[in-house]
Amino acid sequence: MSIEPPASAYDMAHDVEIETIATFAVLVDNEPGVLHRVVGLFAARGYNIESLTVAETDRAAHTSRITVVTRGTRHVLAQIEAQLKNMVSTRYVQDVSRDPNGVERELALVKVRGVGAERVEALRLADIFRARVIDTTSESFIFEITGAPSKVDKFTDLMRPLGLVEVSRTGVLSIERGAETL
Amino acid sequence: MSDIQHSPKTEAADTAEILTGAEIVVRCLVDQGVDVLFGYPGGAVLPIYDALFHEPRLHHVLVRHEQGAAHAAEGYARSTGRPGVVLVTSGPGATNTITGIVDALMDSIPLVVLTGQVPTHLIGSDAFQEADTVGITRTCTKHNILVKRAEDLPRAIHEAFHIATTGRPGPVLVDIPKDVQFARAPYQGPKEVRFAHVYAPRTKADPARIREAVALIAGAERPLFYTGGGIINAGPRASALLREFAALTGAPVTSTLMGLGAFPAADPAWLGLVGMHGMFEANHAMHDCDVMVCLGARFDDRVTGRLDAFSPDSKKIHVDIDPSSINKNVRVDVPILGDAASVLEDLIAVWKAEKRKGSKEKLAGWWKQIETWRARQCLRYRPSDTIIKPQYAIERLYALTKDRDVYITTEVGQHQMWAAQFYRFEEPNRWMTSGGLGTMGYGLPAAVGVQLAHPNSLVIDIAGEASVQMTMQEMSTAVQHDLPIKIFILNNEWMGMVRQWQQLLHGERYSHSYSASLPDFVKLAEAYGGVGLRAETPDELDGLIEEMIDIPKPVIFDCKVEKSENCFPMIPSGKAHNEMILGDVEDIGSVVDEAGKRLV
Repeated sequence: MSIEPPASAYDMAHDVEIETIATFAVLVDNEPGVLHRVVGLFAARGYNIESLTVAETDRAAHTSRITVVTRGTRHVLAQIEAQLKNMVSTRYVQDVSRDPNGVERELALVKVRGVGAERVEALRLADIFRARVIDTTSESFIFEITGAPSKVDKFTDLMRPLGLVEVSRTGVLSIERGAETL
Repeated sequence: MSDIQHSPKTEAADTAEILTGAEIVVRCLVDQGVDVLFGYPGGAVLPIYDALFHEPRLHHVLVRHEQGAAHAAEGYARSTGRPGVVLVTSGPGATNTITGIVDALMDSIPLVVLTGQVPTHLIGSDAFQEADTVGITRTCTKHNILVKRAEDLPRAIHEAFHIATTGRPGPVLVDIPKDVQFARAPYQGPKEVRFAHVYAPRTKADPARIREAVALIAGAERPLFYTGGGIINAGPRASALLREFAALTGAPVTSTLMGLGAFPAADPAWLGLVGMHGMFEANHAMHDCDVMVCLGARFDDRVTGRLDAFSPDSKKIHVDIDPSSINKNVRVDVPILGDAASVLEDLIAVWKAEKRKGSKEKLAGWWKQIETWRARQCLRYRPSDTIIKPQYAIERLYALTKDRDVYITTEVGQHQMWAAQFYRFEEPNRWMTSGGLGTMGYGLPAAVGVQLAHPNSLVIDIAGEASVQMTMQEMSTAVQHDLPIKIFILNNEWMGMVRQWQQLLHGERYSHSYSASLPDFVKLAEAYGGVGLRAETPDELDGLIEEMIDIPKPVIFDCKVEKSENCFPMIPSGKAHNEMILGDVEDIGSVVDEAGKRLV
């Protein structure tokens, strides 16, 4: 039996599976350093963070909710979920993206600079996307848009040729439809 | 979930004793049943040291370097099954423990590390001996916490013990600012505190998975138990249950480096160590088995070798208490989440209830095959009348100490692998080695910790002359505390494993792997107040080993061995389990091809 040796130990198990995006909702004890634990875990194990949001959600229970969007093969995503659950500070982890009842929303502030026809077109598109104008000068708009991340992506793509100069996004928030809770 | 109290004010608090933070620390240790702690004083822990001064129930062992404290605590923990405790100061005191903390994390050793910190109002000001200890250790502990109020100390410390010793064990660090050590607060005992975290690792397995596993094992024609440190961590009962279940099934047993001793080496079903320097028969059995039962091991790269050729035709059952270990490196067919002892108990119960039989006839072909692999005698080496072969030295050490109450620690390198191959263990908790992290310098301080826990036992650190110099100063600790540890150095003057890889993989270019100017280890032992012995020829070895055993003081045994001996068998880089090389291979330089040379 002869097998071609691989080039590096780290290439030994070729993961030919495709990568997908996943959103994890992580309920953690709100204590100093807990965000660093999550970020450190991702950094130490070489996982990507596409976006991250965190805020205290229940003051009495001292819990924060972290929503982290990541990318990986099915196998890597399962590892991420297991590693998140392993943290002593973690109370609950859910892969929201695999949940058919999952709802994801993101808020973005988009600054567009321009005059003339492009300015009119920007305002028209904003109206179609139900973005609100929250600041205006004679040569700029700031739009506030809320929606699924793909909607925000689409909006910024359309604004780019019309003078988009700055974007600030919150990262993804998620929740489950219905009466159930995490 | 919402009733978790973060600053508990229970009724007990009203009547509880008011103590200083430092006194609370000491009381917590006593109430946790701690008898020994390893440490080194400094400015930021002086109040705790002051409280220790008045506490006769705690035996503090003063080390010579904080790394030694962590390894000694590991040795203590591994040989007793109880958590090891470390007490060090802020800044360099804390950072010096980090190698030991990572070592404990990798090998799942329960440690509670208490570090002093600068006073709370100075945190963040780059104060003298300030380091961000919780920040630095966040990714290398199972959990850590900075305690900013004395009233939180009882909960933090009791919870640290709980977290360190349950689930997959590991190191937990508690950072205590100096003002918190002076402040006064009510004490709460282990039963009174309410933990801050919803932490409840699962220990009882899913019954459906147990039945699935039993059916697979019962139907196997070539079954194999692949066991690891998880069996040891699950306590002596797990080892006893492993023996019982292996006997019921009639299947052979192999083990990782960390798991040696869980299954007796004298048992005919024992195949010996698995992995890179494992037995020919164990690795071939791993490759060819049809049902692999992994108990408390984690498919580490030193065990699996090349993953895409790892045991290609087997159904794999993986029992582990850590859900993230399952399907991490190798995808398994039957994952079982639970404590090894509990799972083995369930497996045995179902096996008996279903009246399963380990059929000798059915496994006869498998055992016949195993015997042909055994007949290859993979540990054979060329003996010598004039030079001490390192393998011979371990064989003689084993022969002359096996009937005693003996504990073995090691450093890291060739000597460690020879010890794992040639020293045979019949009981768990007798073998202490740095497996995951591979820490040179582990063995000597670990031996200090083991000897503390077992004052009347024979404790031997099988060492290399390079490794042992990394923590040699702990010889002074051994002398101070009357710990008659034996440091048995296989002295080949090289970093032997580095030299071996340079020979095999780097064209015999021995770049910086030779230690010129080695100390005279006999004089060094004497300088420390111990005893030094030196063996240079095979005929004087036995007598000197016997002399070493009888000396009631720390001994450094300088065993001068063959300098260019390589450690075999070996799975070369980039090869599968059934492509091992053995000691009698002709042209060692050509067995690893260009691609294989790039592997770790």
